[in-house]
Amino acid sequence: MIDDIELLHLMENNARLSSAEMATMLAVSEDEVNLEIKRLRDENIILGYSTIINWEKKAPDTCIGMIEVRIAPIKNKGYDHIAQILSRYDKVSACYLVSGGFDLMIIYEDKTLRDIANFVSEKIATQEGVLSTTTHFILKKYKANGIIYDNPNKDDRQAIIL
Amino acid sequence: MSFDYNGKMSDAVQQVPPSAIRKFFDLANEMQGHVISLSIGEPDFVTPWPIREAGINSLVEGYTHYSPNSGYLNARKAISDYLKRRYGVSYSPDGELLITVGGSEGLDLVARALINPGDEVIVVEPCFVAYNATVKFAHGVPVTVETKPENGYKLMPEELEAAITEKTKYIIVGYPNNPTGAVMTLEDWAGIRDVLLRHPGVIVLSDELYCELNYLDGKPASLTQFSELRERVIMVNGFSKSYAMTGFRVGYIAGPHELVSQMTKIHQYCIMSAPSLSQFAVIEAAMNADGEIIKMRDEYNHRRRVIIQGLSDAGLDCFTPYGAFYAFPSIKCTGLSSEEFCERFLIEKHVAIVPGNAFGACGEGFVRISYAASLDDIKEAMVLLKEFVEDLRKG
Repeated sequence: MIDDIELLHLMENNARLSSAEMATMLAVSEDEVNLEIKRLRDENIILGYSTIINWEKKAPDTCIGMIEVRIAPIKNKGYDHIAQILSRYDKVSACYLVSGGFDLMIIYEDKTLRDIANFVSEKIATQEGVLSTTTHFILKKYKANGIIYDNPNKDDRQAIIL
Repeated sequence: MSFDYNGKMSDAVQQVPPSAIRKFFDLANEMQGHVISLSIGEPDFVTPWPIREAGINSLVEGYTHYSPNSGYLNARKAISDYLKRRYGVSYSPDGELLITVGGSEGLDLVARALINPGDEVIVVEPCFVAYNATVKFAHGVPVTVETKPENGYKLMPEELEAAITEKTKYIIVGYPNNPTGAVMTLEDWAGIRDVLLRHPGVIVLSDELYCELNYLDGKPASLTQFSELRERVIMVNGFSKSYAMTGFRVGYIAGPHELVSQMTKIHQYCIMSAPSLSQFAVIEAAMNADGEIIKMRDEYNHRRRVIIQGLSDAGLDCFTPYGAFYAFPSIKCTGLSSEEFCERFLIEKHVAIVPGNAFGACGEGFVRISYAASLDDIKEAMVLLKEFVEDLRKG
């Protein structure tokens, strides 16, 4: 019997593992792994596969903005309406409804600060129901997707037998 | 310049040879280029952050002095609670627990507190390399009981009983086992208990450093869980393996007050006390890190299965290990000795593993492969192992 949570953890930590490798690691057959992955995809539990890239190294000029949006909820549609519209933009990499002093947290990636400012003023602020926005630019990434950037921990273990 | 060292050294120390495979490791260290090491007997994980932070905070707060000889009371309490929670056994922080410098100090303390010259100590092999040495340093006589792959490297009651003589002072058992990865269940231990009940003078040193790395049911199983043996079982345990804390050098002894108090005397004069900062880290580990242990154990378990599959693909016989982080396959089919196999595998394929004879004569014909290494390294090493064994078979 395959443990789907354990399978998901394996895939989340390393999406490049083959079905055969995961089958070995979970002590099940390769067919079981493939069937389970299909089920998880069909149920939209697995949504896609991506690679974690340190873009600061490859394209250091990329800009990321975290945009707080305050909204007056629209009757019968609540917050979902605006959230869904904003989520359609490709460069919006994340959109969350949050508790606290504002309502939506938008993560937006583009080439320059100006691009992000334009998106805020032209696409967000103009939406009906948006009361205000506050934009934070990310200056440096220390940890993302559970991975510490520039992790200094190297294997320094001594080759001793004890 | 011409001082004559002959006759100056202790015979007990001189009879213990330096590690026979030192040369092998020097060779590994000198090799140019990338060497994959599946030879190391310590976790590749870095100690979980909250444990490290507890150590750091103790320095910030100025706890830089000696602790009480037995260790800080809070650390002993945390260990006592841990033993109750995980083993269901009760050891008082006041007199039944001693915090040591790693499990290794515990092995030495037991030997020095119990052995009179000529006393026999039964050592169950293959085993951790320090067992025999600590017995010899204390002028004891190690008596070997060899476990077998066909018995899952478990200690069989009849084999133990056959080795017991009137000179037997104590036996050393280490499960989950280094180097074989064997585990003993509570039912297995019950057979050993019955033997011990027939020999009421024999004491037990139970080395349980790998107790949390048990892939059968994840629960420690130990002779300490039999209350009828309580007066004569000494548990040597620690944090190095389960919590990835080898560099902290901190372990403990749990046992009856009469024995622990004698060992505390030796510890007091020779060590004074275990490092204070490490003891603060231990408080955090023993109280709040059960989840971290499980996370690491799950990952070792995934790698264990990859190793077992890899050994099978390479055509090597291997008893299925359910504990620690080692596999102990037979390499007899290659016609090479353990040392030849490891040396050639290192030189020809740049993978370091350990010859089985390092862990006792009965380890000849076997090699120890550690899976305390990254999955990528393990996968690559298994491909190279298969190639190597195929090359050998082609001759």
